[in-house]
Amino acid sequence: MTAPRLELADVTKAFPGVIANDDVSFSVAPGEMHALLGENGAGKSTLVKMIYGVMRADAGVMRLDGEVYAPNRPSDARARGVGMVFQHFSLFEALTVGENVALGMNAADVGRDLNDQIVRVSDAYGLSLDPARTVGSLSVGERQRVEIVRCLLQNPRLLIMDEPTSVLTPQEVGDLFQTLRTLVSEGCSILYISHKLEEIRANCDRATVLRGGKVVGACDPSEATARSLAEMMVGMELALPAKSATNFGAERLTVKNLSLATDDPFGVELQDISFSVRAGEILGIAGVAGNGQGELLDALSGERKVSHAAIQLDQTPIGSLGPTARRAEGFCAAPEERLGHGAAPDMSLWENTVLSARSSQGMVRGGVLDLGAAKAFAGKVISAFDVRTSGADRHARTLSGGNLQKFIIGREILQQPKVLAISQPTWGVDAAAAAAIHRAIQELAAAGAAVLLISQDLDELMAVSTTFAVIAGGRLSTPQPTDSITVEEIGVLMGGAPDAAKAAS
Amino acid sequence: MIRLEPRNDVSPAMAYLAPALAVLVTAVAGAAIFAALGKDPVEAMRLFFIQPLGDWFSISEMIVKATPLILIAIGLSFGFRAGVWNIGAEGQFTLGALAGGATGLAFYDVAGLWVLPLMCIAGALAGMAWAAIPALLRTRFNANEILVTLMLSYVAVLLLSVLVHGPLKDPDGFNFPESRLFHDSAILPILLEGTRAHVGFLASLAAVAVAWFVLGRHIFGFQVKVMGQAPRAARFGGFIENKVIWSCLLLSGGLAGLAGVFEAAGPVGQLVPAIPVGYGFTAIIVAFLGRLQPIGILIAGFVMALTYIGGETAQIEMNLPSAITGVFQGMFLFSLLGIDVFARYRLKRIRSAAQAAEGAS
Repeated sequence: MTAPRLELADVTKAFPGVIANDDVSFSVAPGEMHALLGENGAGKSTLVKMIYGVMRADAGVMRLDGEVYAPNRPSDARARGVGMVFQHFSLFEALTVGENVALGMNAADVGRDLNDQIVRVSDAYGLSLDPARTVGSLSVGERQRVEIVRCLLQNPRLLIMDEPTSVLTPQEVGDLFQTLRTLVSEGCSILYISHKLEEIRANCDRATVLRGGKVVGACDPSEATARSLAEMMVGMELALPAKSATNFGAERLTVKNLSLATDDPFGVELQDISFSVRAGEILGIAGVAGNGQGELLDALSGERKVSHAAIQLDQTPIGSLGPTARRAEGFCAAPEERLGHGAAPDMSLWENTVLSARSSQGMVRGGVLDLGAAKAFAGKVISAFDVRTSGADRHARTLSGGNLQKFIIGREILQQPKVLAISQPTWGVDAAAAAAIHRAIQELAAAGAAVLLISQDLDELMAVSTTFAVIAGGRLSTPQPTDSITVEEIGVLMGGAPDAAKAAS
Repeated sequence: MIRLEPRNDVSPAMAYLAPALAVLVTAVAGAAIFAALGKDPVEAMRLFFIQPLGDWFSISEMIVKATPLILIAIGLSFGFRAGVWNIGAEGQFTLGALAGGATGLAFYDVAGLWVLPLMCIAGALAGMAWAAIPALLRTRFNANEILVTLMLSYVAVLLLSVLVHGPLKDPDGFNFPESRLFHDSAILPILLEGTRAHVGFLASLAAVAVAWFVLGRHIFGFQVKVMGQAPRAARFGGFIENKVIWSCLLLSGGLAGLAGVFEAAGPVGQLVPAIPVGYGFTAIIVAFLGRLQPIGILIAGFVMALTYIGGETAQIEMNLPSAITGVFQGMFLFSLLGIDVFARYRLKRIRSAAQAAEGAS
């Protein structure tokens, strides 16, 4: 057998106070699509940054096609045939596709006929792209193609992809995998980082699992179950939420013809949104980021007021009430952005309970704060939701993303709301915390609350929600039972108007 | 090339250490200035910082100066925490002195314990009214309150000047631009016999105590803190930005107005064009030197009062220009801001532009 395309032996990298990678060894064969799995903080990013030359390892050896490989900077990595597509694109919106591609290449590789090359490569891999177009006018999926084409022009032997599908619609995901398979068939290796287990099971040849900076397992993902992969990542058995019965009670949240102009130049206008959520129901709202999710949550939480009758709680209009009055009626919300919106970063956890739970928990009497009540409630949230922190006096900023999210969700759920609206509750949260959050949401619904769950994670919505709708361009599709909807339908709805989605596919 | 880079671990102790360091840096820089002027720097520093603490009269004069500084700074600190930048306390102070003084003059020679409280209410209301203008313009038209409050303070000073040159002028005053001297029941009682320290100081101490309670235990203080630290979280919490803007401006305007009445009815004893001597601006330094904490403001108020007294001593004994007080106050703020920057950032030499660009890609 030939030498592996990439081989890592005992690679170690330490930062002050934490060992990000501890004796990591694994190898990627030529023409293999290799998945790198792990929770947030498991050391995946550090590892690929070292492979791409952004950081240097403290110890250990890397080999590329049998030769020692120690890139000092990304240009070294590119010169050796290693390309990387980052999760966050590094493109200039005001420049054309061709100019952006040229900027990301090593100067020596930029030929005079670059635009012709772009057309040739993009056609060969089914990535239709016009080099003369300005990047600002491209969709997210098209922008990703620019990044990929930029890598392909340098004839990579190894392509690193960091969570490439988190921003794509299902159709775009299909196109991407088509391209990746063509590449693999030509002998290029792909190191694929994702937390979408189904995707990895369907497409990758092998998987290496990291936990706490160490390699804890390797497997053939097509033979593993998503559950066994998740358990390997987390290191414990997961109790996956079981879907609750579909006997819904009375309508608790009713939204009628809700329209809202945006106050943000890059925002989306809400147009004539109508839906209802019954007791026990979890309405999942899918959609590509920036299609009105933020505006919808602002309208529901009361941060932006709308016409009084547009939002009703148990048939009582609340549209023109502010957040405090809505909470008093039993309507709680948790926004997508944790630091700075759902919580004040430089305030303690107990102070952050005062933010949204002060009236329901009697923390204010005659304007004076009852510190005891606030601290007691914060303690209750911390223990009930297993928030890992040394105490309620710690600042919100000091918590990890998943722990802060558990704290915020717990703060709202323990107020026993009649209606809960939450956005992206498990974004950037590890699998164990995500499972705990999902369970809490389902228990709340089972106890008779109506829940509205906005998320970009389709797996999450499929697993948790009982009813399903898609928001696109500020309009909401008609909600339907989650069991009855297909991924193809969701893709068409996420793309906006059905005609446009058909034309693109 | 050298650039500033954020520090990973900002020491919390620096927040309290920085003002002390700023005083030290100011003293060292001040000594250098005196040396450059050909004066003995050690003697000058002794005159400036030590001598005023040595006798009761100087200490009582410090109380006279610290009273308005503390009162105004306490009011400003709420707005500064919430991101409402009232830098026109000088104008609200002037309006307070004007309205309080005019009330006293309207009841000239009327005896009664109610005259002083009435003057105080009039002064506080006038300060609030003056601050209500920027509040209205900010909340209604999104006009920048920094500019509006600053410009209005010049209007206020000119308004006082017009009135003491005209309607409020002392009829028996030989045409000097001054009002009558206030009668006895319009003068603040003296705190220490034989000095000018008046009961207004007790009001400043009370303001410190109340502010301490409100910031730590009252929902209004909580609101102000959240609004300043995380405005979106404040909105999520149901706090209304415009309400916070109004309350912060009215509070700081009211306290500045009260300080104005105290000044007119205390050490000055009449209305003169020179009542506004810059307390409203110096109080901004006091608020920041005190880290926007009530107790810190109490201490910073006295430190700043020392620069007034020390500046006077240095003027008399060493023939230095009167601008020396302003120079010292400016150096305080400058060193404090500078130390704050270095507490949060460190200098880093970066290699070359090409390498830096490579590392960033």
